[in-house]
Amino acid sequence: MNGIFDIIGPIMVGPSSSHTAGAVRLGLAGRAIVGGQPSRAALTLHGSFAQTYRGHGTDVALVAGILGMRPDDERIPGSFRIAREQGMEFSFSCADLGDVHPNSVLMELAGPNGSQTTVAGSSVGGGNITITRIDRFDVDFTGTSHALIVSYRDQPGVIAKITSLLATEDVNIAAMRVSREGRHARALAIIELDQPVSREARALITRISGIDTVIALPPVAPA
Amino acid sequence: MYASIAELVDVATSRSLTIGAAAREQEALDSGQSQDALNSKMQERLAVMRDSVGRGLAGVRSRSGLTGGDARRMAEARTHTRIIARTRTADADGTAGGAPMPIGGEPLDSAIAYALAVAEVNAGMGRIVAAPTAGSCGVLPGVLFSVGEIRGAGDSELVDALFAAGGVGAVIARRSTLSGAAGGCQAECGAAAAMAAAAAVQIAGGAPEQCANAVALAFKGLLGLVCDPVAGLVEVPCIKRNATSVAVALAAADMALAGIRSVIPADEVIQAMGAIGRELPASLRETALGGLAVTPTGKRIVSEINATHDKAEEPHLNS
Repeated sequence: MNGIFDIIGPIMVGPSSSHTAGAVRLGLAGRAIVGGQPSRAALTLHGSFAQTYRGHGTDVALVAGILGMRPDDERIPGSFRIAREQGMEFSFSCADLGDVHPNSVLMELAGPNGSQTTVAGSSVGGGNITITRIDRFDVDFTGTSHALIVSYRDQPGVIAKITSLLATEDVNIAAMRVSREGRHARALAIIELDQPVSREARALITRISGIDTVIALPPVAPA
Repeated sequence: MYASIAELVDVATSRSLTIGAAAREQEALDSGQSQDALNSKMQERLAVMRDSVGRGLAGVRSRSGLTGGDARRMAEARTHTRIIARTRTADADGTAGGAPMPIGGEPLDSAIAYALAVAEVNAGMGRIVAAPTAGSCGVLPGVLFSVGEIRGAGDSELVDALFAAGGVGAVIARRSTLSGAAGGCQAECGAAAAMAAAAAVQIAGGAPEQCANAVALAFKGLLGLVCDPVAGLVEVPCIKRNATSVAVALAAADMALAGIRSVIPADEVIQAMGAIGRELPASLRETALGGLAVTPTGKRIVSEINATHDKAEEPHLNS
């Protein structure tokens, strides 16, 4: 962090690194988590996001990110029109999301395969983000590295099988967080990685007994 | 990255490098990238800066409609002055056909126009280079291009000067903060002016030690500057603070080039900036709850913006 290109940079569409560039990244993270372009996005803005989203373009920035644009994409101000052209429905509301960062959003996204996923995150300054919730699971990751999001049924050995598979693929684990709804209930693992996971390895992980879904998330924010 | 401005100056001086070259060498070590690769990356940023200056001078409006067009106004006044100076037809009263002429001269008038241009492009959701932040993105290009023009600097010198500015900024980030929410505007426009002053001294051929003095002198001129944006937007007073900050940067650069030293060394000034930031009340750190944001005019603007949006068609709602 804070190399010279974080100081002279990033190249971004204005006006605010936290309210615009960070919002694009939150949208990008949401898109990656649902595994592609959603058919519908319902966005709830909290705190400073709710108070100043129009002037900062936080709304068009979030939609731009969900459409897959990067923070320096000059099409960001016109993202609403592009969303309509591509048939992606979207809506905004403002609400108090509780004890969260002032720049927070709750994204309810209808995934390309029809599944509904809820992603909450915050723009924490300088364009950096934190994803804080996926569906009912509290998570905490910044999107600065490759990550695997694994949904599975809580039982002994699942994590060991995943990590040994990663080891044989020579993929190094940088950080890992596991949470569950209860014993033997639905569980979620966020595994941050130093290298991307190959399509084949991801398929092998999906076949592990007890695993429901595996999402490979590319980095959405600079390290 | 260097731990202090003193260390950056020591390395540059002992090896007869500019601080920009010393900062680039260190970045190459830290990132594992070649100096050529780093130069290309910085050249890309320089091109985006130049593009945003051009677009801003042509005239842009912000999304809120609150600001825009001032860069063009400044550029026209400046062009007018140049024509008058060339043809020596200024009226006896110092005006040009009744329009008062700017008094700053070059590079100041250009620096003001360029800083306004980039800051206005930022407010209009155009593409800019955060330097160090989006809110303070006009200061460095304003100083860089205006000083570059009068000194005939080529792109490679401007790229080197951006590494100098970046090296200074990295030390500020490490020892203090570059966030208005944490430290007020002194951490954004103040830091940008300090970085720009170092870049200007380097372009003018000053020694590393003089760059460090310029950093200290510019920063001291903006210590305590609060962040009090009207309606929480990066527009009022941010755009014009970018413009006034270039004057501080140029004054500091000229003092340093004349051999004037800062009594308080740059690293201590940077520490002081961080300490002052921590003592600023939250109302003056980007929350829009104090200062200019709560003046009668500031409050009126907030209610006007809200009224406009309440009346406006909101096609995106439930679309």
